[in-house]
Amino acid sequence: MLRITRAIDFSTSLRYRRGDLSEAENVELFGPQSRQHGHNYRLEVTLLGEPDPLSGMVLDLKDLQQILDDEIMVRFDHRDLNEDTPYFEKRPPTPENFALVIYELLKAAVPDGLLDRVRLRQDSDVWVDVFEASAAS
Amino acid sequence: MIERTHRYAISAAHVLSHPSLSDDENRALYGKCANPAGHGHNYGIEVTVGGPVDDRTGHIVASDLLDRIFDERIRQRFDNRMLNDDAAFGELVPTAENIAIVIHADLASEIAKHTTAHLVRVRVVETQRNSSTMGAPE
Repeated sequence: MLRITRAIDFSTSLRYRRGDLSEAENVELFGPQSRQHGHNYRLEVTLLGEPDPLSGMVLDLKDLQQILDDEIMVRFDHRDLNEDTPYFEKRPPTPENFALVIYELLKAAVPDGLLDRVRLRQDSDVWVDVFEASAAS
Repeated sequence: MIERTHRYAISAAHVLSHPSLSDDENRALYGKCANPAGHGHNYGIEVTVGGPVDDRTGHIVASDLLDRIFDERIRQRFDNRMLNDDAAFGELVPTAENIAIVIHADLASEIAKHTTAHLVRVRVVETQRNSSTMGAPE
């Protein structure tokens, strides 16, 4: 078994807010990030599997890129997470919550249980990993 | 499972030499890193925490809280300093490995004390070509 990783970049605006709080309460809870701002996100998607004996590939990266285009780029690139997506009406688009949304989207789209880990880099200094707990952990 | 990592920058000097060894023995063991006047690095310190995502804030640990813990426990102690002057590094040589061990031990207790998260691992990136990681494997 081995891992392959593919990265994509997308540019997105967002603000941290909760739908059940007032504007003042959101400002109090989230500070400057309650204002609309943006990130250049980098998403690293790791698959775990056996390379096909003929092709030598765990999954054709062309196919993986198509999945990432259809599931991630279309939904999030050059969009606003609060206004243009349905995922953050109740919860704020923190990197944790955003990575969890992305993980569920890709888990449904990537074939045969190959999805191993999703790493969402918010900027060069902060990133979040989502992965299945192994039997040993 | 979900983990969050913050990367911090520390500029520090160090000398790799063991007090029980002669200058020649240290030079043989550590090469150029035993230069008695020291040398330095821009260290990247990657701190990974795990734990439940808070329903209210959407974070495993609040960004500014982790930053404050790091500033108070690690940055104040090591940034713009000679590592060998620190009490932890007498007989313990300040290799990347031992720096990772020392930082991990310090942060693990602070993070457990002040947050609902736990420290998963600390990675000390000494140069673009070498790093050392203490904690759970990735």
